[in-house]
Amino acid sequence: MSTAGTDTAQAVEVRELTKVFKGARGVRHQAVADVSFDVPVGGSLGIVGESGSGKTTIARMLVGLERPTSGRIAVLGRDRSRPARRGVERGARARELQIVFQDPYTSLDPRQSARAAVAEVLRHHGGLTAEQRAKRLDELVDQVGLTERQALARPRDLSGGQRQRVAIARALAARPRVLVLDEAVSALDVSIQAQILNLLADIRAETGLTYLLISHDLAVVRQLCDTVLVLRGGRVVEQGDCARVLDAPAEEYTRALREAVPVPGWTVGV
Amino acid sequence: MSGPLLELSGLTVDIATEDGAPRTLLDGIDLTLARGEALGLVGESGSGKSMTVRAITRLLPAAARASGTIRFEGADVGAMDGSALRAYRDGGVGLVFQDPRAHINPTRRIGAFLIEALVRNRKVPRREALARAAAVLAEVGIDDPARRLRQYPHEISGGMLQRVMIASVLLAEPRLILADEPTTALDVTIQQEVVAILDRLRRERGMGMVFITHDLDLALAVCGRVAVMYAGRIVELRSADTLHERAAHPYTAGLLGSRPAIDRRAERLAAIPGRPVSAFESGQGCAFAPRCAHARPACEQRPPELTEFDGGLVRCARVTEIRPARPSKEASV
Repeated sequence: MSTAGTDTAQAVEVRELTKVFKGARGVRHQAVADVSFDVPVGGSLGIVGESGSGKTTIARMLVGLERPTSGRIAVLGRDRSRPARRGVERGARARELQIVFQDPYTSLDPRQSARAAVAEVLRHHGGLTAEQRAKRLDELVDQVGLTERQALARPRDLSGGQRQRVAIARALAARPRVLVLDEAVSALDVSIQAQILNLLADIRAETGLTYLLISHDLAVVRQLCDTVLVLRGGRVVEQGDCARVLDAPAEEYTRALREAVPVPGWTVGV
Repeated sequence: MSGPLLELSGLTVDIATEDGAPRTLLDGIDLTLARGEALGLVGESGSGKSMTVRAITRLLPAAARASGTIRFEGADVGAMDGSALRAYRDGGVGLVFQDPRAHINPTRRIGAFLIEALVRNRKVPRREALARAAAVLAEVGIDDPARRLRQYPHEISGGMLQRVMIASVLLAEPRLILADEPTTALDVTIQQEVVAILDRLRRERGMGMVFITHDLDLALAVCGRVAVMYAGRIVELRSADTLHERAAHPYTAGLLGSRPAIDRRAERLAAIPGRPVSAFESGQGCAFAPRCAHARPACEQRPPELTEFDGGLVRCARVTEIRPARPSKEASV
């Protein structure tokens, strides 16, 4: 795996990022306003917020599904604030950053087995020989903990957790340096969510992959991330070290979010 | 009236399949709910928690067949005829669903939705019904109720629409509320407000509540007792304030270990291997045995009974070996 940036480069560098959506009759909605953050190579940042906080819009701009209104996004030192002009550049961007979406039921092709989905990505990226591809395919299926039988099954015959393993394997197939996880464990059963969180921690420890986790769940962020950014209404409320922000929030909103999470001893109060 | 508000005994639900072999979804649920009590049903996919609510209201799918008995205020729900069933669903039980947008007619104003049952079933004059609806909206914390009554569902947020659904249930003044994941689709700060409203109204009006959720900690905060379900059976039933320290069933302990904590990072989450199954997918023995670290070959042979243990009920053949009961100071529940 070759490194595009230098030792000091940030994996993700976002400066004054803003997204304005124009609605009917010229109504402007500022979904993301003046957001800046860094994620160091090998780091893990959690972006937390409630509905309408702009967290998903940020993820979509990072992968190139939305174009920023203003501001700058760089991944591994390379600017991606503007759309890729050519297929070569698109391919290079895909090898830098991949995304896993929340819903494993709609983000997989219903006609493709797990192996076929991963093999397609391997053919597209990486320039491997057929033999190398087959070996890499086995590695990936093994790395995400799918059995051989599950790897040959279509999505409809897999459970939610198994499908999310397929989505992770497919994202890893491009050998990205940065993985964006957009509510990737939110739709899973509690016992399955724990398995996937452990899997993601293992993958990060093995590969040094950089994570950017979009989540509404503070406990999930605490488990997986080093740093956290709290968003509200498109703006940054607070950011910093995960333990510091969650244990000693400087902002009232962060405190309110934290206190709304049911924990042992939590009582219902108005 | 004395006696329990709701009593389920041996409630079993099978669903017919195309190949003719019925599949079991619920297998012998025994539960009682006292008047004014809040009981939590907690479980993952396939546990049968939503099917239990459907069975209680006799809203099972056409292909499903229920056996066992459901008694509401002593009356056999399964034996109710048309008018008795209508009265039971109108004023006996109220249902709050997870997704209010899927259960409130989007083409009608909030006011029309709220007063429909009052005007049609109870012959309350329209003007009076609207006044009552406005009063209940204020009770669930909605500002400017008169304006809200004229709005359509798409004009208000999900959190507010869930309050509207709770208001619609309250208007019928039921003795029992069945809340099926009522806050799962809501933001956490809105969830806090909605459960606080449910809790306050339940206490003020002395209603019973069955609260269904996948979030064990939320159930513990909202309910007095919590039943943990797995594969269509109750595996543990315990008072909410002792469940954290006394969880005895390996599945309950596994659920507690699976959830990351907000105040620390675990080296590794104590994940349960495998995936949750439905009752029809489980073998003849303990349904949890294939995922259980404590399972012995005998566990897969014979289904364990729900038995008393350390102040609660636990369905595990090995519970006394794996978790010796501590000396209990108080009487068992």
